[in-house]
Amino acid sequence: MTEENNKEEKTAQSKEDQEKKPVQRPAARPRPRVKKEAPPPEPSPKEPLLAELVQQVTEKLGEQAIEESYVNQNGEHLLTLVVNRDHWAKLASLLKQEANWQYTYLQNCAGVDQQTYFEVVYHLYSLEHHDQICVHVKVDRDQPEIPSVVNIWPAANWHEREIYDLLGIQFTGHPNLQRILMPDEWEGYPLRKDYQPLDEGV
Amino acid sequence: MLRTEEMLLNVGPQHPSTHGVLRIVVKIDGEVIREATPVIGYLHRGTEKLAEDLNYTQIIPYTDRMDYVSAMSNNYVLVHAVETMLKLEIPERAEYLRVITLELNRIASHLVWMGTYLLDIGALSPFLYAFQDREKILDLFNELCGARLTYNYMRVGGVKWDAPNGWLQKVEQFITMMEKRMKDYHQLITGNEIFIQRTRGVGVYSQEMAIQYALSGANLRVTGLQRDLRKEHPYSIYDRFQFDVPVGRHGDLYDKYLCRMNEVEESLKIVGQALASFPEKGRVLGKVPRVLRVPEGECYVSIESPRGELGCYLVSKGKDKPWRLKFRRPSFCNLQILPVLLRGENMANLVAILGGIDIVLGEVDC
Repeated sequence: MTEENNKEEKTAQSKEDQEKKPVQRPAARPRPRVKKEAPPPEPSPKEPLLAELVQQVTEKLGEQAIEESYVNQNGEHLLTLVVNRDHWAKLASLLKQEANWQYTYLQNCAGVDQQTYFEVVYHLYSLEHHDQICVHVKVDRDQPEIPSVVNIWPAANWHEREIYDLLGIQFTGHPNLQRILMPDEWEGYPLRKDYQPLDEGV
Repeated sequence: MLRTEEMLLNVGPQHPSTHGVLRIVVKIDGEVIREATPVIGYLHRGTEKLAEDLNYTQIIPYTDRMDYVSAMSNNYVLVHAVETMLKLEIPERAEYLRVITLELNRIASHLVWMGTYLLDIGALSPFLYAFQDREKILDLFNELCGARLTYNYMRVGGVKWDAPNGWLQKVEQFITMMEKRMKDYHQLITGNEIFIQRTRGVGVYSQEMAIQYALSGANLRVTGLQRDLRKEHPYSIYDRFQFDVPVGRHGDLYDKYLCRMNEVEESLKIVGQALASFPEKGRVLGKVPRVLRVPEGECYVSIESPRGELGCYLVSKGKDKPWRLKFRRPSFCNLQILPVLLRGENMANLVAILGGIDIVLGEVDC
C-alpha cells in the first residue's frame, strides 16, 4: 500500500469515528456577561480652569446660573457648562465682553433632541486667548423657548433659524424667525425624535 | 431729475452665476440694491436626519454630496469626529495619504473657484485652463479610489485604498507641472488691469465684521486675521509640515483671489513635503472593530476645508448610529454676510460679491 492510500483510509476511518460518536457539548448555560468596568477617567489637566470659570460666573450671576459643569475629555478637553435658560442671555453677553473671556467667535450652534428635553449647544471661540468653550442650554419640550443671541453674535441668525426649522425651538427676540431649509408650509419638525414623516411610502 | 421706483427682482434659483440653486430676492432702486434676501433650501436633502438611521461607515458617502467640490474634507471631518470619540490610532501611511488627498482636493477646489469666478465677471479663458488642470487631479483621484467627485475614500481608522503602483510618482509630476502653471496664472490674471479694476475695493468688510459673522477660511483671512485651523489646532499630521498662511490686507475681492491662489501654492508645498517623507510600507487601515459603537458622549471637531471651518458635532448614546450629527458648514455660515455686503451696492457687483464668498450649494443646504 502506498502512503497516499494509507492516508485516505485513515481519514475515512476518522470520519466514521466522528459520525458514530455523538457530539458532546456542555449544556448551554447563559454565559454571565462580564461588563468591563471602565476605569474612571483621569482628571483633566483643565479642571482648575473649569473651577475658575465656574467661580467667576457664579460671582457675577449667582448660584443658579450654572446647572452643571464638566470637562469633555473627547478631543481637546473642552470646558462645558450647562447653563440655566433664564440666565443664558446675560451670560452670553458677559462671555463676549469680559476682558478675560472675549468669546467673540461663534463657531457652531446646534440643537439636540434629548427626548425628555431639548438642548441648544453653543461652541464659542476666543480669538484673543485662543481658547474654546461649549455651552449647553436645556429647553423645555412642552414650551420650547430660549432667548435669541443674534444681537450678541450676528452669526447665530441662520443657525437659530435652522434649529427652529428642524426642531421647532422658538428663539425669542430673533429678528426673522422663519423656516430656512424646509418649505415654508411644512408641517412638523423633522429632527425631533418623534417626527412622523407624511410620505412614509416613498 | 429722473424719478426711480423700487423694484423687486428675483435672481435664481436657476441662474448660472449662483453656482447652484441659490435664490436671491433683491429690492433695487435703479441700479442700486436696497435689500437682498438669500433664499436657500432648494438642495436640502436632510443629511443630518438620514444619518441618524445609518451606521458610521454608511454615512461617509452622504458627506460626499455636501461639498461636492471638495468631498475629501467632508469625508475626513466625519471620520475624524468618530476617531476622536473612539480615541483611535491611525496608521502612518493612511495619515500621509489623507493629507495628500486633502491638499490635492483643496487645489482642485480653488481651481474651480478661480475658473468660475473669472467666468462670472467676464473672463472666459482662465476657466478652460483651470478645468484642464483640475481634470488632472480628478484623474489621480479616479485612479486612487475609482471616483472623480464622490470619493467615499476615508474610513474610520484610515483610508479605503492604498496608493496604486506609480501613483505617488504621478502626484510628484503633477506638483512640478502645477508649480509652473501657477506662474502662467499669475501672468494671465494677477496683473490683468481689467480684473484689478473690477475687483479692487469691491465687497470690502472689516475684520471685526468678519468675526461677528463668524466667517472662516479665505473670507476671514482676507481681512488680515491669520486663522487657519491646520496651524491653530493641527489635526492629522499637519504639525509636521512647513507652510505659510496667506492673509490679505484690504478685505476686498482682489485680495480674496490672491489669498486663494497663494493657498494653492502652500498646498503644493505640503504635498511635496508629504511625498518626500511618505512611509515606504505599512497598513492604510488600522484595526477597528467590525461594528463601530461610539461610546456615549459628544465631541466637536473642526478642520480647515477649502471654504473655511468645517465642523462636525457628534452626539452618541453608545449605539452604532449617531444620536445627533450636525455639520458646521462653512458655506452656510459665510453666506450670512451676503445681505450686508450687498446693501447699497451696484447691481452689477452682485455676482462678483457672491462669487467671492465661494459657496457650494450642496453644503449650504446639506
